[in-house]
Amino acid sequence: MLSGEFDIELPLLLEAIHLKYSYDFRRYALSSLKRRLEQAMEHFNCRSLSALQERVLREPEVMRGMLAHLTVQVSEMFRDAGFYRALREKVVPYLRTYPSLKVWIPGCATGEEVYSLAILLREEGLLDRTLIYATDINPEALHKAEAGIYELDRIADFSKAYAEAGGRASLSDYYTAGYNAAVFDKSLREGVLFSDHSLATDSVFAEVQLITCRNVLIYFDRVLQDRAVALFRDSLCRKGFLGLGAKESLTFSSYAAEFAEFVREERIYQRR
Amino acid sequence: MLGKPTSSATAPEAILIGGSAGAIEVVSLVLGALPADFRTPVVVLVHLPKQRPSALAGALSGKCRLALREPLDKEPLAPATVYLAPPDYHLLIDEGPSFALSVDEPVNFSRPSIDVLFQSAASVLGPRCAGVLVSGANPDGARGLCAIQQAGGLVAIQDPDDAAQGAMPEAAIALCPDAHVLATTEICQWVQQLGAWQTSPRRGST
Repeated sequence: MLSGEFDIELPLLLEAIHLKYSYDFRRYALSSLKRRLEQAMEHFNCRSLSALQERVLREPEVMRGMLAHLTVQVSEMFRDAGFYRALREKVVPYLRTYPSLKVWIPGCATGEEVYSLAILLREEGLLDRTLIYATDINPEALHKAEAGIYELDRIADFSKAYAEAGGRASLSDYYTAGYNAAVFDKSLREGVLFSDHSLATDSVFAEVQLITCRNVLIYFDRVLQDRAVALFRDSLCRKGFLGLGAKESLTFSSYAAEFAEFVREERIYQRR
Repeated sequence: MLGKPTSSATAPEAILIGGSAGAIEVVSLVLGALPADFRTPVVVLVHLPKQRPSALAGALSGKCRLALREPLDKEPLAPATVYLAPPDYHLLIDEGPSFALSVDEPVNFSRPSIDVLFQSAASVLGPRCAGVLVSGANPDGARGLCAIQQAGGLVAIQDPDDAAQGAMPEAAIALCPDAHVLATTEICQWVQQLGAWQTSPRRGST
């Protein structure tokens, strides 16, 4: 494990990235960030973070590669079946009462959660009146999300998760299998707006009834988590819903009092 | 019994136990032997199939006198608590010390990975953590244990001859030859002594 100089160079690199490219990683959780930066050093064959910083500042394509190291989490469709069952059984009845719906999926990465939610809303008859904002800071991830193409060898796991999550049909009804990829039906994303948005630097852009932001806040420190949760609070309509990851909680947030636990064990909160 | 503590070693703020195949039995014995007033937080990571709730909590419940739970992201380490790594996340120690989670790629084909946990603890706690690696059939944990030792923390490895699966301890012994190699009963005593080390000076000072 690297230490000493590494710990000095780390904030300098983050500052340089922020000044040059406006990406703000300065409030990311250190433990995961350190691992990712070590991997980036190895990938770009740099012996130190200073050497990496030199390349990041002078070679924009290295910054594009860095974004992949610093942001993309490979996600799964219907990760945590219980979460999607709770959405279907407990949250959807409330969503039905709105004539039109807006949903925000911040940190959507390569889109697995976007398609999971779109399928659920289609099966509940809500997708036609829903606008989904799928946002991320990584343009390459957003392109992949918009394409909706996933390797075929991942689909077996997705299908199993879909069934466990209470899916009403067969996942294969929603994609066309090619040589080694599954292409999801483009009608699923007709109401999806894929867009660049940073929880670290951008502000509220719409009023929404549901936000699902799962396993994104774990990469932030407490200060940045608070900033993001404040954005969620300001974006959600009164009695709107916030879904977090299985091990994420508002317990340690400054804004905990502004949300009620709606389905405690699945981390679904309701704006007061 | 603590043996060969390096000059920088100090009473640990956390004791980390990692294992894989055959580890649940050893971990049950170690945790079962801890007294109810054992203060030092214990963090247990055993490779298991991903499912919720985890099989580990079920296997250990009723065998340990201390509070047993899976930590949430950002949860501070609390005394007299045994934390179990949740399935399908990496578990890390961050500043505080508090827990951090990630869904980054598996390491050594494992998520959670023992290397990830041990290396993060070494980075944040340095000599103020102790690591134990027990039975397992893959080499995850060896590099992490080595990182704890290099940071000045105390480390122990289950004797491969005493372990249900020797590959994980053997990989660790190859990488950290100075670590204590202990039988299961000795690991139980070693962990208890680490906790006693923490409590005795405090009693004197308060």
